[in-house]
Amino acid sequence: MRTIAFQTDRHRTWRKFKNATMMGATVAATLATLVPLFLVLSYLVKQGLFGINWAFFTRLPRPVGEMGGGMGNAVLGTIELVGLASILAVPLGIGTGIYLSEPGHNGTATNVVRFAADVLMGVPSIVVGIFAYGVVVRPMGGFSALAGAFALATMMTPLVARTAEEALRLVPAELRESALALGIPRWRTSVSVVARTAARGIATGVLLALARIAGETAPLLFTAFGNQYWSTSLKQPIAALTVQVYTYAISPFEDWHRQAWAGALVLTAMVLLVEALVRLLSGRRLRVPR
Amino acid sequence: MAKMRLVRLSAYFGRTQALKEINLDIPEFNVTAVIGPSGCGKSTLVRCLNRMHETVKDARVEGEVLLDGENIYAPGVDPVQIRWRVGMVFQKPAPFPTMSIEDNVAAGLKLNGLVRNRAERAEIVERSLRRAALWDEVKDELGKPGTSLSGGQQQRLCIARALAVEPEVLLMDEPCSALDPISTAHIEELVLELKSQYTIVIVTHNMQQAARVSDFTAFVLGGVLIEFGDTKQIFTNPEQQETEDYITGRFG
Repeated sequence: MRTIAFQTDRHRTWRKFKNATMMGATVAATLATLVPLFLVLSYLVKQGLFGINWAFFTRLPRPVGEMGGGMGNAVLGTIELVGLASILAVPLGIGTGIYLSEPGHNGTATNVVRFAADVLMGVPSIVVGIFAYGVVVRPMGGFSALAGAFALATMMTPLVARTAEEALRLVPAELRESALALGIPRWRTSVSVVARTAARGIATGVLLALARIAGETAPLLFTAFGNQYWSTSLKQPIAALTVQVYTYAISPFEDWHRQAWAGALVLTAMVLLVEALVRLLSGRRLRVPR
Repeated sequence: MAKMRLVRLSAYFGRTQALKEINLDIPEFNVTAVIGPSGCGKSTLVRCLNRMHETVKDARVEGEVLLDGENIYAPGVDPVQIRWRVGMVFQKPAPFPTMSIEDNVAAGLKLNGLVRNRAERAEIVERSLRRAALWDEVKDELGKPGTSLSGGQQQRLCIARALAVEPEVLLMDEPCSALDPISTAHIEELVLELKSQYTIVIVTHNMQQAARVSDFTAFVLGGVLIEFGDTKQIFTNPEQQETEDYITGRFG
């Protein structure tokens, strides 16, 4: 009888060597990706934690030279801007996502819309700011919270539309068919069966888009503009954390630098909080019938 | 008496013709089986009976389908209304995953705004689940998600859901092909019970099943209706050579 040697010792050594090399390479790549993230976060905490106190969240910025004060207005402003942008962008984005995911639509039209959304996502944010300046700021005669929210919404809409489309496409076709076969009208099927089944995925997309636009500075520079006072008016310029951090960071004052770090840390913490919420939502998988 | 009548019915997907001038009478309060090899057009045939065929992109229908003598493809006929009268159960059980057992059964009525109050709703849910022979198994857990049931139970839930809207005809597109033999037997028993109240059309690629549950059998091949007749006659003494070849397992 002939014996087949599947592996000689030399073979095995060479195979194990290859395995170890590849394993090492992927681990190294992972570390190289994680190290900067860790460094950024730790440095941010080290520099920013010092400046965070109750006053940071409750006080207005003080004039140069005076110590203390905070960025309460900017924290509130960012929340208002992002909230307002969501009110504009979420219905629009989900509507577009439903349109794109509906089967039986004209392929050319949906492809054009999908392409337009992808292009809009790639437009540099400063250009979005200029667009909002032309469309909202100039006609309104001044910088405003509304203009800032409009600029952010312009960036958010295609993000929501595309993630909503993907989430809706994950819904099994059988569900749509079953609903239609029950004599449920098509619009009701799309909303009450398909969109409801994809609700968690859509919510995840909305939160990701929200986290993304919360960190934008460029579109706000000549739309929301920034404000040193408490203002929640839609028609007045409004403070935003990103703009405030930018202004403080490029200033020559030590105390402002400290506050800029604190602002950056708070902003990052807000975004991380939203991301954690996303993990929580998407961690519980969409239940699909067997 | 023919509950539904297909008159020179052709169906297309874009330029591909899936059904070729089918003439067929579906008798009331009987089970009609549609058999044939994969891809022969048997699913397309039943999907033409409740205007589900046209929900596919580029799909269209020529000819007539009469329901109680009226053409369901006549201009001005609302497909949604037709689907009320002609219900359908699909191959894969697909309960709505966001809804409880109870809500699944009531979905067809609720999403059309036709449930007036809780008592009526509870009554419809119980009646439909009883008809689908599922009530005893789920009556204590109506609030559980529909997807928590076993595959066979899910399929009976889908049947209950279809029955809740009180259709006259029930189309079943390979309702057992995703189920184990015991669940299959349950569904088959159910079909035999339901035919006293409903006209049933069942697509199946399982010839034993067609022989067990149906009164009439239609054999479709390549989009053409080869033979239609009494199930016993089709299985013991078919008129066409192709039918005999298929049921004796020479192809398909």
